[in-house]
Amino acid sequence: MADLTAASLDVTRAHYMALTRQRRLYGGIMLLVFVLLLAAGFGIANERNAGGFLPGLPHIFDFPADVVAEAWEKRANLPGHLIDALPALIETINIAAVATLTGALGAIILSMLSTHGLAPWPRLIPVFRRMMDLMRAMPEIVIALVLIFILGGGPVPAAIAIAFHTVGALGKLFSEVNENADLKPLEGLASVGATWPQRMLLGLVPQVAPNWFSYALLRFEINIRASAILGFVGAGGIGYELKNAISWGQGKFDEAAAVFILLFLTIVFFDQLSSYVRNRMTYGATK
Amino acid sequence: MSLATASSSVDMRATATALIARKRLLTFAVPLAILAYFVYIFFAFDILGLRERARLDNAIALVSDTYSYKTHVERNNRRGEIEVAVEGERKGTYDATNYPSWVTVGEDAATIRLDDGGTIEINGDIVRFEVPGFGLIEATQSRADGVTINLDTSDLPDWISYSNTRLSVTTKAARLSLTKARTEVFVYEFGWELFWFTLESPYYGHSFSEIAFGDRIDPTRSNLAGAWQDFWTNAIWRHGDVAWALFETVLMAFLGTFGAAIIALPLAFLAARNFAPLVAIRMAARRLFDFLRGVDGLIWTILLSRAFGPGPMTGALAILFTDTGSFGKLFSEALENVDSKQIEGVASTGAKPLQRYRFGVIPQIVPVLLSQVLYFLESNTRSATIIGAITGGGIGLLLTQAMITQKDWEEVSYYIILIVLLVMAMDSFSGWLRRKLIKGE
Repeated sequence: MADLTAASLDVTRAHYMALTRQRRLYGGIMLLVFVLLLAAGFGIANERNAGGFLPGLPHIFDFPADVVAEAWEKRANLPGHLIDALPALIETINIAAVATLTGALGAIILSMLSTHGLAPWPRLIPVFRRMMDLMRAMPEIVIALVLIFILGGGPVPAAIAIAFHTVGALGKLFSEVNENADLKPLEGLASVGATWPQRMLLGLVPQVAPNWFSYALLRFEINIRASAILGFVGAGGIGYELKNAISWGQGKFDEAAAVFILLFLTIVFFDQLSSYVRNRMTYGATK
Repeated sequence: MSLATASSSVDMRATATALIARKRLLTFAVPLAILAYFVYIFFAFDILGLRERARLDNAIALVSDTYSYKTHVERNNRRGEIEVAVEGERKGTYDATNYPSWVTVGEDAATIRLDDGGTIEINGDIVRFEVPGFGLIEATQSRADGVTINLDTSDLPDWISYSNTRLSVTTKAARLSLTKARTEVFVYEFGWELFWFTLESPYYGHSFSEIAFGDRIDPTRSNLAGAWQDFWTNAIWRHGDVAWALFETVLMAFLGTFGAAIIALPLAFLAARNFAPLVAIRMAARRLFDFLRGVDGLIWTILLSRAFGPGPMTGALAILFTDTGSFGKLFSEALENVDSKQIEGVASTGAKPLQRYRFGVIPQIVPVLLSQVLYFLESNTRSATIIGAITGGGIGLLLTQAMITQKDWEEVSYYIILIVLLVMAMDSFSGWLRRKLIKGE
């Protein structure tokens, strides 16, 4: 009997070790394939780049050094440049804010239309879902470039482009939030004859508004970056100033430095602000 | 006792009233503030001026180019040669063997039959345009008299514009333009012409079944191989280059995302409260992440393209730098939330620090990390398009190039469709991988 137990234990152990070895082997092979893919990818990217990685590496600080040197030389102008770039910065923030606001409003409506239990037309839920997928998949730059061609440069194309993408991105997150909402208040409202907008406004919104706000804030931070980038392709704001200063080359690097500083500070500020507010909402005021 | 209850109920009542008053204020104040902001934006963005700046003709050109193309029939009035070409491009010029069926080209003459029943006849210096429901427009040009027409020039419909030097007639089916230098007819047709093969290719004009199952068209090559070769090297649509560009975009996203994850993982241990050996190191790591994130992809792209030149490597590195910051923050937060009991359990078996991390920490955080990384992979495909447009690589570059020339809008729509499909494919791929790896489905 005792002998039998020991033998079966050995068998079990051998089997376990074999399984572990097999798992380790598979894991190792997966890792190896992944590393090879990554290395090959870097190889191809390096080959197709205009300048190689290794020859470029020593020059990585050349451009920042040039900018810093020139900005330091003309440091007396820096406060003036900072003030000059301020309106452009405000425009960039405005683009992001308008896009986030309108995008969030659109996302609220679309997310309600595409959540089971809330949707007034349950059959159309897949349609609205695919619509959000499509809006999410559309990179901002595509819409921005098309709209710049039609509407001319300026903040409006950028705001529309970012808002369009925001509807899709926030809509998905909002509908996930909506799915966790308690449906009892809605039923209660329905039983007293409330219309669909009334049910949503009085029954749903108070439950989910904090979560919506938190996601919208995160999106606002992302949208500031997007709006700066779109400026670079001609949509106005601080990105446009940066492009002008940089393509001028030597001689305007002090302006470029001022824009760099402003952009950096803005992004860090909103990044910290949004993570602070979101932390506060999640953990309360104490943490 | 009863006194205490009474006073507390008075307190509660007061707090409730205050809360309700605050709620009431908020319900009115928030929409009002948003409305006021929109009014401010209305003027700050100069929405009224937008109408003047908007170029509706651009929009029409864009939309009509997206689903149709035009073929130019052009007579050079100085030399008297007639040429038929798709979009007027040299690469799309027909020769005598393969004129479209609606045009007959003779000796210094051409007859064009339009879809709506009208005809345009070019005969030397004379053009006759038979417009259904209107009548015949006959125009002549000569070096001495300029352009003359048979109509009463004081009473022309608005789709005909005429001056001594130029006649332009625009109908739904075609546009005719006549000057002393050239006679041009633009015929609009549905679809994307020459999408599969250019005119030089022997496979042009053959259907798929003819190529796949029919007789050998080009004696030197097998049908499928030859057709693939001609499709891939199509000089107008450049399918091969486009495929490379799409691959480059995915490559940028892939290298940037996973490179950043690999670099950020060890750094995240230094930034996590429960793992960092020293407060100073923790602070330094966190500030490093903030810095990498704060500089933003745009600035990294500009800085790096100065050192490495334009291309996918630069784009990949720009994504890598920004995302190292984002991942560092996310990973260190995930690390701060790990359960210490598992680590203690592993430590109690005598595991060394590295083994403790490997078997106590990594299994706990891998699902969180993987889902973050895969989520970023999808969103970075979109970023790679934008970064490619700035630094010059991938499909973003092709898109901006096609837009700057402002004429090949069908290519622009083709690229847009490809980009959207690419992003959606990456989205479902990363979702599939996430389910596979994390839930083990």
